[in-house]
Amino acid sequence: GMSRYNTNLQQVANNTWNKIDKINTELFTLTYGAIVVQLLKDFDSVDDVNNQLEKMGYNIGLRLIDEFLARSGLGRCRDLRETAEVIAKVGFKMFLGFAGTVLKMNAKKGSFHLVLEDNPLIDFVELPAQYKDTLIYNNILCGVIRGALEMVQMKVKCTVKKCPLKGHDVTQIKVVLIEHLTSEIPVGDEF
Amino acid sequence: KMSEGNFTSPLYSIFIINKSGGLIFHKDLVQRKVRLTSNSYLQIAGVFHGMYAITSQLAPTKEVSSGIKTLEADCMKLYCFQSVTGTKFIVTTEPNRNDVEINEFLSQLYSLYANYVLKNPFYDLEQPIHNCDKFQINLNSLIENMFSVSL
Repeated sequence: GMSRYNTNLQQVANNTWNKIDKINTELFTLTYGAIVVQLLKDFDSVDDVNNQLEKMGYNIGLRLIDEFLARSGLGRCRDLRETAEVIAKVGFKMFLGFAGTVLKMNAKKGSFHLVLEDNPLIDFVELPAQYKDTLIYNNILCGVIRGALEMVQMKVKCTVKKCPLKGHDVTQIKVVLIEHLTSEIPVGDEF
Repeated sequence: KMSEGNFTSPLYSIFIINKSGGLIFHKDLVQRKVRLTSNSYLQIAGVFHGMYAITSQLAPTKEVSSGIKTLEADCMKLYCFQSVTGTKFIVTTEPNRNDVEINEFLSQLYSLYANYVLKNPFYDLEQPIHNCDKFQINLNSLIENMFSVSL
């Protein structure tokens, strides 16, 4: 049942991982850090910065989804659980280099949590006291997930629940399905 | 009539249609007997988009059926792949072409689009593909390699 499906996704994740070009994660981490710091200089409030990071992520997500689908060869997910597993096992592996896990899967409420033990975005980062409670350093990930899922006709809301920069042990993002954009489903396809 | 066209390539044309039915990319690999205007191509794309939907709706099955995957005529065959995101990739080829090979081509075309069009930050989503030279160059390579034609 679920364990055989998970092994299957594991295989897809490994095959996809082997196909793609790799870069030095440090450059990725440093580039993202530079962006955050610059945004904090450019914008007055930390809230504005959080919104900008989410927006940037959203624009990335809109574009990233086709790359994900083309590389992984995966089709439409059958249900929310499958969507969650695919993002965690294949999506995160492909774009962050580390697979994540799914927690608190609740099909009825239409929500799940994505957990990342290793998160290259936050390597070497330490938040100064003034930003510890307000800055959502990982907010770009929330935007990426939102943008990507919107292109496959799912409207979601993502929030960062846990972050090692705030003293937690993992990065954890809560995803809530607001609605299926049924009118946007390409004709000849179904969810 | 047929001999007036230049059919050295087994692949005749490539089209990419966005999820709203707008033509965003078109490439002819052979010379047509009758030249079509760019407006005609836009119309053709829009009509195909509609026909694709109608085909799906006409299917007598209980489950949702896809739209047109292949279309055969005397002088050509048309193949269509629609991504989960709703973008359609269409090629026309000489008749009696190997389906597996063309579907593989469509899959590679999708990869090229995801890579060289979508990842270009200056490309506006859903708009006609302009200034994506890398896409054109890599597409030409793909065609040359898969179909042994020189472009």
